[in-house]
Amino acid sequence: MSDAGAERADALSVSIRSKIYGAGGPEPVEAVRDLSFVIRRSEIACLIGPSGAGKTTTLRILLGLDDAYDGAVTPDPREAGIAMVFQEPRLLPWRSVEQNVRLGLPRSDRGRDLDALFESLGLTPWRGRYPGKLSLGMARRVALARALALRPRILVLDEPFVSLDDRAAASLREIVVATVAREGMSVLMVTHNVAEAIEIADRLLLVSARPASLLAAVALDRPRSERDRSWAEAMRDDLANRFPGVIAA
Amino acid sequence: MGVATRLVSVLVLLAAWQAAATLAESRLLPAPLAILDFIVKESATGDLWRNVGITLTRVAVSFFFAMGLGVLLGIALGRWKAFNLVLDTPLLILLNTPALVITVLAYIWVGLNEGAAVLAVVLNKLPNVAVIVREGARGLDPGLEEMARSYRFDRRTWIAHVLVPQLQPFVVAAARSGLSLAWKIVLVIELLGRPNGVGFAINFYFVQSLNVAAIIGYSVVFMSVMIAIDILILQRLEAHVRRWR
Repeated sequence: MSDAGAERADALSVSIRSKIYGAGGPEPVEAVRDLSFVIRRSEIACLIGPSGAGKTTTLRILLGLDDAYDGAVTPDPREAGIAMVFQEPRLLPWRSVEQNVRLGLPRSDRGRDLDALFESLGLTPWRGRYPGKLSLGMARRVALARALALRPRILVLDEPFVSLDDRAAASLREIVVATVAREGMSVLMVTHNVAEAIEIADRLLLVSARPASLLAAVALDRPRSERDRSWAEAMRDDLANRFPGVIAA
Repeated sequence: MGVATRLVSVLVLLAAWQAAATLAESRLLPAPLAILDFIVKESATGDLWRNVGITLTRVAVSFFFAMGLGVLLGIALGRWKAFNLVLDTPLLILLNTPALVITVLAYIWVGLNEGAAVLAVVLNKLPNVAVIVREGARGLDPGLEEMARSYRFDRRTWIAHVLVPQLQPFVVAAARSGLSLAWKIVLVIELLGRPNGVGFAINFYFVQSLNVAAIIGYSVVFMSVMIAIDILILQRLEAHVRRWR
């Protein structure tokens, strides 16, 4: 296999034929049907779909938190090197910022030098603080630090910029893009915000309303700097025309 | 300011009591100074501190067992619905059985010994602890559970950093309410069937001589010890577990 081929190899392959909540009960709800996609090495893929489409369900499956579905995730989520940043930061409020990051690591790795990581995320002054003292933007950075400390092959972000003011969102976006470029990991970001996805993604995975199924995978060309505002707007309008239920104009 | 107000309120109470006792001139209403006099004399003989020590030991031993078992039971009840369904009604019955009944039955079935005394306190206190801790175990944050699973927290890490911190406020609340309950029950248990301890001494002075100064004297000393434990140990523990808030 050539180098280029290796670079394009898939980091994770997700194939969900069906996921039903309350199967066998009085009111079963099918959350996902025929949702298959891959995450390639060193790409930023964005899963986009309307709220309540089953995106979170899909994430839980690919994280290995939900086994009760028909389909397969390869490699096994427990061995795929996935690290997750949840939408709510889900930090331990009774532990300091630093402890939160270290506790995400395997026991043998907790003493590791993390100075560079804290520094790169602008968290150095906050290391000793409790999460309750942080703004949401800062707390998300801590959650990101916890995921990055694991040196994952795949970083999964669930609506990482939602509920942040523009400045905090922009600064977190810069951090994510810079880190991914530096570390060369794959990213799967879940969002309902197309503009945001177009800004940072290499590929968009468009998902229908419940039950979630894959409508289209749209590749966005590199380099990223060529994507100016008018290009992004044209892209968004085009997607909105082609997938009216998924993307609001 | 707060301390001064509290002090004034206690002093006014004591002065009113002293005045009423002086007016009544009855041995059924001894003055505070008469009680102090008894405490000093009973201390000198060593009886007071021996009885207080014995009662404290009983409180400590039964408190330890009731807390330990109650916390484990509470966690299990909160985490496993089926287990809770099985034990919920027995727990409710135990919760509503008078302390006196449990104590008398323990003495009848186990015998008039220390084991029965401790068992009686534990059975009285255990349901309270279990019910309080059960609430804590039910309220565990599902988001943190999911985080811990996705980050593959090992069991020790999960217990120390996810489970225990969430249960701590409930355990401390159970300890505080449990301690005040336990020592009151211990006195009844001593009164009914032990040959020593504060409960025994109070019963002795009641039956033998109707010595009200002695009865109040013993009560005041033991209450002071328990309040000191609450303020010096439990309240500080509570402040410690809430420090991150």
